[in-house]
This record gives sequence, structure tokens and C-alpha cells, in this order.
Amino acid sequence: MEIRKREVLRYLGYRGNAPDERTEQLVDSCMEEVQRTASPVHVYRVFPVTVESADGMIQSGCFTTESRNLAKNLKDCEQILVFAATLGVGIDRLLAKYSRFQMSRAVVMQAASAALIEEYCNTLNEQWKRKFLEEGWYLRPRFSPGYGDFALENQREILQALDAAKWAGITLTDSLLMMPSKSVSAVIGMSRKPGNCVLDGCEVCKKTDCLYRRN
Amino acid sequence: MGILELLQKKIVFFDGGMGSLLQAEGLGPGELPETWNILHPDVIINIQEAYLTAGCDVLTTNTFGANRLKYGADGEFSLEKVVAAAIANAKEAVRRVEEKTGRRGYVALDLGPTGKLLKPMGDLAFEDAVSLYSEVVEIGVREGADLILIETMSDSYELKAAVLGAKEHSDLPVFATVTFDSKGKMLTGGTVKSVVALLEGLGVDVLGVNCGQGPLQMKEIVTEMLAEASVPVLVNPNAGLPRSEHGKTVYDIDSDTFAEAMREFVAMGIRAAGGCCGTTPEHIGKLTALCADMPPIPVTKKEKTIVTSYAQCVEIGKDPVIIGERINPTGKPKLKQALRDHNLDYILQEGVNEQEHGAHILDVNVGLPEIDEVAVMQEAVEALQSVLDLPLQIDTSDPKAMEHAMRVYNGKPMVNSVNGKQEVMNQVFPLVKKYGGVVVALALDEDGIPKTAEGRIAVAKKIYAEAAKYGISKKDIVIDGLCMTISSDEQGAVTTLKTLRGVRDELGGKTILGVSNISFGLPMREYVNASFFTLALQDGLSAAIINPNSEAMMQAYYSYRALAGLDEHCQTYISMYAAQAAALKAAKEAEKQRRSSGQSSTARADGSRQQGEREEAAKSPLFESVVRGLKEKAVQSTKEGLREQEALEIVNEELIPALNEVGKGFEAGTVFLPQLLMSAEAAKAAFEVIKDAMESAGGAQEKQGRIILATVKGDIHDIGKNIVKVLLENYSFEVLDLGKDVPPEVVVETAVRENIRLVGLSALMTTTVPSMEETIRQLRKAAPDVKIMVGGAVLTKEYADTIGADQYCKDAMASVKYAQSVFGE
Repeated sequence: MEIRKREVLRYLGYRGNAPDERTEQLVDSCMEEVQRTASPVHVYRVFPVTVESADGMIQSGCFTTESRNLAKNLKDCEQILVFAATLGVGIDRLLAKYSRFQMSRAVVMQAASAALIEEYCNTLNEQWKRKFLEEGWYLRPRFSPGYGDFALENQREILQALDAAKWAGITLTDSLLMMPSKSVSAVIGMSRKPGNCVLDGCEVCKKTDCLYRRN
Repeated sequence: MGILELLQKKIVFFDGGMGSLLQAEGLGPGELPETWNILHPDVIINIQEAYLTAGCDVLTTNTFGANRLKYGADGEFSLEKVVAAAIANAKEAVRRVEEKTGRRGYVALDLGPTGKLLKPMGDLAFEDAVSLYSEVVEIGVREGADLILIETMSDSYELKAAVLGAKEHSDLPVFATVTFDSKGKMLTGGTVKSVVALLEGLGVDVLGVNCGQGPLQMKEIVTEMLAEASVPVLVNPNAGLPRSEHGKTVYDIDSDTFAEAMREFVAMGIRAAGGCCGTTPEHIGKLTALCADMPPIPVTKKEKTIVTSYAQCVEIGKDPVIIGERINPTGKPKLKQALRDHNLDYILQEGVNEQEHGAHILDVNVGLPEIDEVAVMQEAVEALQSVLDLPLQIDTSDPKAMEHAMRVYNGKPMVNSVNGKQEVMNQVFPLVKKYGGVVVALALDEDGIPKTAEGRIAVAKKIYAEAAKYGISKKDIVIDGLCMTISSDEQGAVTTLKTLRGVRDELGGKTILGVSNISFGLPMREYVNASFFTLALQDGLSAAIINPNSEAMMQAYYSYRALAGLDEHCQTYISMYAAQAAALKAAKEAEKQRRSSGQSSTARADGSRQQGEREEAAKSPLFESVVRGLKEKAVQSTKEGLREQEALEIVNEELIPALNEVGKGFEAGTVFLPQLLMSAEAAKAAFEVIKDAMESAGGAQEKQGRIILATVKGDIHDIGKNIVKVLLENYSFEVLDLGKDVPPEVVVETAVRENIRLVGLSALMTTTVPSMEETIRQLRKAAPDVKIMVGGAVLTKEYADTIGADQYCKDAMASVKYAQSVFGE
């Protein structure tokens, strides 16, 4: 699993511009240090789900919530795969250290580790897609608490049901931030019907003037 | 018979998993297992009875996740009720089996992780973690637990909190087991070695490993643990590696394989065994059947002197250890000022430098008469351990400062120091006993410093003996043979060296010296220091407190290691100096060529300088270095510039224009954030040079205004705030950085006390914007004249207006602009 430099530059706001030589060196060395420091782990479980598309009520063995966006995403799904993944707390130590001494490095590391956790999630998604296809399941795009109207409050139940603190060291602060900070939790719909299986969400977002939008 | 006596007699068996069995009985995902102590006591009792019948000696209570965060004080599932019910259930199972078989069972109060990450990475304060555990322990003691089992810990800091909570609130035996990943690391970086040192320092009775993996994967870890531990080892693995099958978790080995693997561990020397996730009474039954009659292997004391950080271990033994001495205000006016200003960045920078120059441990001394040493020492230790992974040496003569620092220290610290005075030993040894540590013992006592080596060795013996009364072994004491300057006593070095040999050869002890004291009062001290250092190393010096930035000292150190056969194939020496040798050779070659081509090197140098000056006329090198973000060049150009120009002239005509140019580029989208920050860092380095120059000329740089920056309460991401800080400082604003997760009251109080005109607040999450709003509300009330600028990922201009901020800043440059407008520039 490798960090994609293009993604790192996108997170840094380059929007397709080429970095100068010094920045390029900085990006390379940060990517290397992030890669070396990260210790990716994840935990996942599959739960049955029922979705009322009319009012967006979603009931699963994991959480119960009302979210029209997620309900749309889970159309025709009988199960959900719920996962949490992290790069570990070592990355946060790095960020804390460079925030004190070399902010330019902290900022680039922030971008590199964001790119790495996304890459990790994509890799996992691909694995699951293949694995569950063998069992006749089609996977939907991943959807995280905080996307659209899928309330962040669901984090509590999700992480609790996954026992994510124990298995992956992912904890929640009182304000529902995941720690380690480079962590992702998400829900992936599982359906017997093939459907929209686009991997990522950036392109579908309605905020088209976003500085970080993928081109 | 207590559990510790039982451990002397036989292999002690623990029970197996609870969670997976409860799931089989219908416990839902996300449902709190501890509620079943009250909802379904029969289920719990039956499982525990089955474990006892299978032959286990110790039941762990169903209290793994029981703490105040999950179970409030009131209601059906109060912490009190849940823990009391768990113990009652276990006791009932014990009673039933005892009635049937006459065999006694023991009840272990089970303590798992809090489920929160501790500060500074997370939001749970260390002392809050201690009190979460204390509360459970108090209930457990009251309800009659026989021992405490702390388990599945994957963070050394939380582990320390749990042990302190257990030991401060009970006299029960404490067992502690931790979880390692497949690389043999805890989640926060600890290793087998570091965790054993930490736990033995804290005085646990039994330590070990549980969960994470199955017994087959644990062999290496168990082997290493047995090699390190001086107390009995407990191993509770999972039933192999888990995988998901049709929505259920299954494990990859059967109970026979499990028991066979455990039998091997018992043969290797573990003294207690049980199971974790996925293990059942069947596993435990097979385990006890195989191992019950095996003779326990005696536990041996390992005489290793080990200090640790949260992740690193340093062993003080044959291979000498470098302890950096730079974090000590004696004779350092800048550090003194930094301490008075609570400027931790300065201290951290010193620490980072020392690490980069090869220090293994950092001495931390913040003793200044006019500061609150207790508070500052704690601050310094907390800051250093949040960014550095080196172990620390807590250096203070104030027992209170020592205790506070030892308490919050994440690891087994080094402590500097105790000596042979009874009063001092009475103060220091109880702390070492309680928190663990390797303590520096000065070979002096009430009668002063003995003149002879024999006298110093006698004091060392006295110190060892007194420590032994507390159960502190010789391995945790490092004797300081005392370095007295040879300028006042020409026998000083001879006596010290003889003391080193004596401690090594007669007492079998470890030694330490503050090496550079030897040359006090002499010219060219490094000459004497380096020679003395080599002699001391040869005479057995185990640890040296030196300045690692001193090349001569490090050369002596690396050379000694190569000469003493401690540096395999001279690898370290070569890696340190091969490049230097090559550079020297290249320089000589170049010089030779110049000479043979008839051109004098001085003429050449003059020529290049002239060319440099011509370039400067077009665009100054400083301007250029800042724009391009070249820190070293910026420093160099500033130094050169100061020879001919006034400091202010450089600032106004080069530095500020360069910053403005980069800032403009950033706004126009041609310069990007990393470049902006590299330029800011280059400018900052240049400003430092200018500041030094102005200060030594008796002036001081004028500050544009003072600004508070804070990331609001609940928010622990502070990268945005830190970017703003760097840029504001560039533009000569003085920033009072209150950090992250800052309560509104602290912002208000500081703003009022410091008479602040501008406050900058940052929030990253929608969930923390309300605390930004609250901070603004309180600020408006208490300090109506204060201007407030806000920023952060989720904020917009509209949002900022809604919560009553004066200004929304979309990025760091915008906050600089706003600050300039507030302070009327």
C-alpha cells in the first residue's frame, strides 16, 4: 500500500499545479516518514439492516438512525458491513512533534497521512468487494458518520459494536472525534442486486468549488 | 491461603473468555456486557461455575468495561451496582464449586481499558484515568475481591494509571497483563522490555500478556517476557486468530492445540495460565488437565538496570549511556528566561537537538529560585514526553517536584538524585518504591563528600543497604562517584576514577558522572573533559551526563566504544565519521588542485564574494532565501547582512518584503501552503538571529501586539491554529498560545489578566463550534473590548457571524491581515 503523491498534493490545495523542487523534496520525505510510522489496523463486522426509504429510518444490528442520504445509499441492501480503520497513534505523535518544530512538515504529513488512510480504506474496500462477490453480495460505496445527514452521534454505537477501542485502539473524544486522528469509520451496504459501486465520494459531492476537489 | 502463596506452590489457572460465551447466550453487539451481572446473573454464574469445574483457580469478574464513563452514579446500572453484582456472581460460583468439591476459587476484580485515549493525544487526563480505576477498585475491595487483574492494556500510560488506581486504593495483589500486536508492540509503542520495566517499577505482583493473538503467535513475546521479568508471568491468549464466518467470530485452533501450546509456555517458566477471547471451559479444562501437575519453574531476579519512555528502553550496563545535560538553567540565561516565560518550545528544541546529537536519556532540571518548580517540572516532563521518545532523568532536589514528575511520567524514569543523607533517603526512596525508577545516588552524606574513594564506596554501600529496606534493589541505583574539578584538587580525577573501579569491581554496581565538572576553572575545558571521559569509560563508567552537542565528547564516546569492542565491525564509528573523512579529503584535493593551477585560494574567495555582492544588488540573498524557504541560507545571509546593515533595516527592507511577496503569492494561488510555511520558518530563523543581535546590543525587538490563540474546548486538532501562530509570529505579533481543548474560562481569564486586544479561536468540528460560541459569549461579557477572529474547517463567514465573531479568517494570511488592522498598522 503506497501513498499517492497526487492525492497528497490535492490535500495541500495544489489543484493540479506542480510543486516546486523544494516542496517536492519535502513531500517525498514526509511520505516516507508517514509510511514508516503508520501501523494500519482495522476491524469490521457484518450486520443485518432494514431501510425505510420513505422516512430514512435505518435499523441495523449495529445502530438505529434516521438518515435520508444513507438510506438512499443503502437501497436494496439487506446487510451492512461496518468497519473502522486507523493508522495508529504514532502518526499523531509525529504531527504533534512537527507542529512544534516545523510547521511546513506537519502540514505535509497531515496531507500524506490523510492520503494514506484513504488508500488503506480503498484497499480494504477492494478486498471486501471481491470477497463478498464470491458469496453473491454487491457492495455499495462506503458512507461515514458525518456525511450528509448521517449523524456523527452514530459513532458511539458503531465503535462500541465493533469493539474498536479494544481491537484497533480507536477511541472517541467527548466531542465525537476519533483518536487516533487518522481513523475512518464507515458503513458499506451489501445487496443481492448489482448497483452503484463507485468507490469514492469526492466526485459526487455538490460543493464543486471545493479547494480540495479531485479533478 | 492467599493467591500469592498459591503461586509459590503450583501453576495457577485463570478462566477463559466471557464475551463470546455471552454472545452465544444472546448478548447483542454494542450491548454492555456488564449489565448482564444484574440482568442475567444466572448466565454469568453458570459460565463461571463451568470454568471452576474445568479446573481454574481464579475467576475474573465480568467488569472489563465497567467505569464511570459507561455506568453513571445513579440508575439501574450504576457503577456501584454493576461491580457489586459482578463480584457477588463470581463469589456465588466459587461457593457452589467449593461446596461440591471443597476446592477454593479466587475472585479477581477485572479492570480493562477505559475506552478513551489519554492526553495529550486524547482527551482523558491522566489523573482522571487514575480516579476512574480507583472508583472500581474501592467497590471491588469492599465487596471482597481477592486480587486485581488489570488486562488487555495497550497503552503504557493508561496501564500506569490503572496500577496506581489499584495500589493506592487497595492492598490486594495486583496482576497486570498487556496486549501486543503481531510486531510485538503495544498500540502506543511499548515493547515487552519497556512494559516489564514499567510494571516491575510500579510493584505489580504478577505481569504478563493477554488477548491480541493466539498462543502460537505469542511464543516470541512469552520467551522475551520470561527473560526480562523478575516476577511470575501470567499468559492468557485468545483461542487462536479470529476470523469472521457467516457473521460469527471463530478462532483458528482447537482446544487441544491451545492446551498443548500453553503446556510449552508452562515448561518455559510461566507461572499462571488461562485464556482470553474465544476460549471456553473446554479450553481451560484441557489446559489444566495437561499442566496441573507440572512443577513450577522458579522465578529468577534479572539484574538489569532499565529506564524507559512510553516506547523506548535504555539499559544501563556494559555499553555506556549518554545523558544529555542541556535542559538545565545553570549558566544558561536563555533557558532561564524560557522557564520564567513557560516557553516549553525552547526546552523541547533543546531536547530534540540532544537527541539528534546522540543522547540516550535527557536530564531535565528546571530549578530556578523564582519559579514554581513543582509546576514547571511537571509541565516540562509532560511536554517532552509528548514529542520525544527518549527516557527522561528527573533532576531536582525538591521532593515534591520529584514526586509530581514521577507520577505523570509515562514510563520508568531515571531520578537525579538521592545521597547518603538519612533525611534525603527518607524522602526519595519511598517515591522510587511507589513509582519505580532508576535513581542516581551521590556518594556523599551528612559528613560531606568523602575525600577518598574508600570513603565514597562506604557511602555507596550505606545507600544500597538503606534502599534494600524499601525493597529497592541494587540494579535500580546508579552511584555517582562525584566529579570534583582538578583545578582545586589535583587528585580529584584520580579519586573519582578509583571510586568508579571500586563500585564496579567490589560492589558490582553501576556508575554515573557529571563529566564536565572535572575541568571547572580551566581553559579549553573540552580537552580535559574528553580525556577524562575516556579514562572514566575505561574504569567502568556506565552513564555519562554530558553535553551531546560537544563534538569532542561524542568523539571520545564513539572511539571508546570502538576500542572496547562494543561497536561491532566499528559500524557506528564508521557511520559517524566516514562522511567527515571523505569531505576532508575532498577539500584537500580541491586545495591541491587550486595550488597547482597557480591560483591562490584567498584570491578566489575574494572574487566570489565580489560576485555575491553584485547579485545582492539585484535581489538580496536574504530576500531570496526567505521567498524560497531556505532556512540555513536565511540564517547565514542575516548574519552576513548584520555586519554591514542595521537590524531594523534588514527587517524592513528584506524580511518583511519577502514575507509580503510570499503572502501575496499565497493569496493569488501561486504559492501553496507548504511553501508559505517553509518561508515562514526561514524568516523565523532569520528573526532569531536579528533578535540575538539586538539583545546583545542592548535593544529589543518591538512587538506589534499580543494575541491569544486557542483551539476551543473539545477540539484536539490544533494544526490550523499552529499554522496561524507561525505566521503571526513572523509579523512580530506576540502569541499567547493556550493550546488545544481549552475551556472558555481559561481564554477569558487570560484575556482579562493579560489585557489582550485580540483573540483567535479555532474549531475543526461541527460538534465543537458550540464551545467556540460559548467562549465568545463569555469573552463578550468579561472583556467587551476584545476583538475575536475565528477559523477552522467547518466555519464559514455566515457561521462566524451567527456565533458572534468579529472576523472570519479563511486562512492564516487572513488572520495576519486582520491582526494588522486591529493593531492599526
